[in-house]
Amino acid sequence: MSEDTYYFLVDLLQYLINGLSQGSIYALVALGYTMVYGIIKLINFAHGEFYMIGAFLGYFASTVLKLPSLLVVLFSMILTAIFAVIIERLIYRPLRKASRVSALITALGTSLFIQYFTQISIGADPRPFPDLAQQKTYVFGEIYLTSTQLIIFASTTILMLSLWFLVKKTKMGKAMRATSFSTEAAELMGIDSNKIISLTFFIGAALAAAAGILVGMYYNSIEPMMGMIPGLKAFIAAVLGGIGSIPGAMLGGILLGVIENLVVGLWNGTYRDAIAFVLLIVILLVKPSGLLGKNIKEKV
Amino acid sequence: MIKIFVCFFLSISIFAEEGTLKIGAVFPMTGPIATFGQESVNGIKLALEKINAKGIKGKKIELIVEDNKGEAIDSANATRKLIEIDNVLAILGSVASSNTLASAPVAQSKKVPLVTPASTNEKVTTMGDYISRVCFTDNFQGKVMAKFARNTLKAERAALLIDNSSDYSKGLAEVFQREFIALGGKIVGGDDLVYQQRDVEFRTLLRKIKRANPQVVFVPGYYSEVGPILNQARQVGIDIPFLGGDGWDSPNLQELAGAGVKNTFISSHFAPDDKDTMVQNFVKLYKERYEEEPGAMAALGYDSIILMADALGRVKDPTNREELKNAINSTKDLLGVTGRISIDENRNAVKSAVVLEYLPGGRHFKEKISP
Repeated sequence: MSEDTYYFLVDLLQYLINGLSQGSIYALVALGYTMVYGIIKLINFAHGEFYMIGAFLGYFASTVLKLPSLLVVLFSMILTAIFAVIIERLIYRPLRKASRVSALITALGTSLFIQYFTQISIGADPRPFPDLAQQKTYVFGEIYLTSTQLIIFASTTILMLSLWFLVKKTKMGKAMRATSFSTEAAELMGIDSNKIISLTFFIGAALAAAAGILVGMYYNSIEPMMGMIPGLKAFIAAVLGGIGSIPGAMLGGILLGVIENLVVGLWNGTYRDAIAFVLLIVILLVKPSGLLGKNIKEKV
Repeated sequence: MIKIFVCFFLSISIFAEEGTLKIGAVFPMTGPIATFGQESVNGIKLALEKINAKGIKGKKIELIVEDNKGEAIDSANATRKLIEIDNVLAILGSVASSNTLASAPVAQSKKVPLVTPASTNEKVTTMGDYISRVCFTDNFQGKVMAKFARNTLKAERAALLIDNSSDYSKGLAEVFQREFIALGGKIVGGDDLVYQQRDVEFRTLLRKIKRANPQVVFVPGYYSEVGPILNQARQVGIDIPFLGGDGWDSPNLQELAGAGVKNTFISSHFAPDDKDTMVQNFVKLYKERYEEEPGAMAALGYDSIILMADALGRVKDPTNREELKNAINSTKDLLGVTGRISIDENRNAVKSAVVLEYLPGGRHFKEKISP
């Protein structure tokens, strides 16, 4: 093997590792998009803001309340989740029967409101994130792996497995799947759909908050607008994997992260976002149901 | 009849006496480079206290601050608002060159003098004769850093990492590249080493830089992205010096970069540890008022309003914008905290630059380079 090929291969491996960490974050956020869409057919554009709020709650829990790291994560996940449930109750529920476009525009408005309200109340400066875990870098030849990347892989895996268990193996999960299949039929079977919808928002936002904290640790910089672009990217990821499909969101997120890093690594950083959005257009044109989505014809 | 006329004129002059001299300010008070806007306005306000205590021809300056969020569109809108609604005499602003480049055509077409404290991109003052600045330009700043990299650090190979969404970054990179090559250096890595405002993920880019094997990396960006870049660079095993421009010069850089700030150097407008008495007085006053060390933006904001007040004092009728423009453009040897300011025929300030080194305790004066 020539030296160039060797360099190319190690670099490729490094880009894949970087892509996998970024993609895991997208996947965690995309899960919330897809779950909410699966149940109430709403693209919740405010979902990126749950991620931002999660990061800031983690920041305050650590710097002001001085909680230990694990509690910081729990604190932020639970509070963000409660916040999401309140948003759903106050803003989305009254619009449940309204047209989809009204709900969509409301979601956009909510997103902007949260962004700018946060900016006004705590300032727009990017802030350094407190060290929740000791930063270490492991070097294997030419491959660099940081402890934060390992934490990201581990926590994403744990969170996704728990989600899978919850949805597939518990009664609550069964109720969620039933509601997703048909809200009316589920209600006839005695399922309280409002409770299930609240629960979906709760879980989605908790995952987004976890992603927010991981991102804070990974990049050491959080700011009120941080949810905007990752929110959009997670939306692409959800569509890519098949919106409404939980494994689809995971696959879509990780794929998008890897593709972005390959574009930056092997080609040109300028095209990174362009490629991500072209991907969205292509998937909508070629396979609108996404990679793992079911092809269901809508009855008229 | 004569009496009536006299009364009429008297009343006009009394009315004018009572009015204030309205100066607009367009700065990023929020957004990714918010500390730059806040520091600039802090500096302006500090100087205003002194200026207004004396008054200019018996009048006081009234400052109207508008937030442009660090965005070009908001800068143009804020400038239009200040001119059309507040009817300001002149405008100070902004920091990012992309923002000032959006404000300048508006000010020029309405014939309202605009003085930018900190926009260093070459294009800014070419927008027209009503646009001038109190800082040096990137042509000079880029040369300073190229010389520093080549002569002081003895680097032969440099890589560039550019913020593609910023005119400032692209302009400064171009000058650095030209000068570094002229001094016998070589630029390694391609033109694909670019990022955008608000990016946070740089590990893959940094890997490419590492592969290009430079001896220094020049990152002409803003602190909000440079902080994470430095932080991640050290994590992926890049320990060579990183160089930058005045866009780094924020108190937040060190917090965002963490340990990554070690072995970095920037060119800037002023060193807080300069022994000059005027600088030391300014630093002391600023620390008392705002409880932090002033950065370059604070110093430039301070100087911009001193220049404005000086020009207002030299014109016969301060409400005549054309006269005011001429007065601003003919400023000579005005003493500011960032040095002696003279506006040249291209309406740029001819001034010296300082090279600062980041040490754990803060920014430290390394060398001073005159044009």
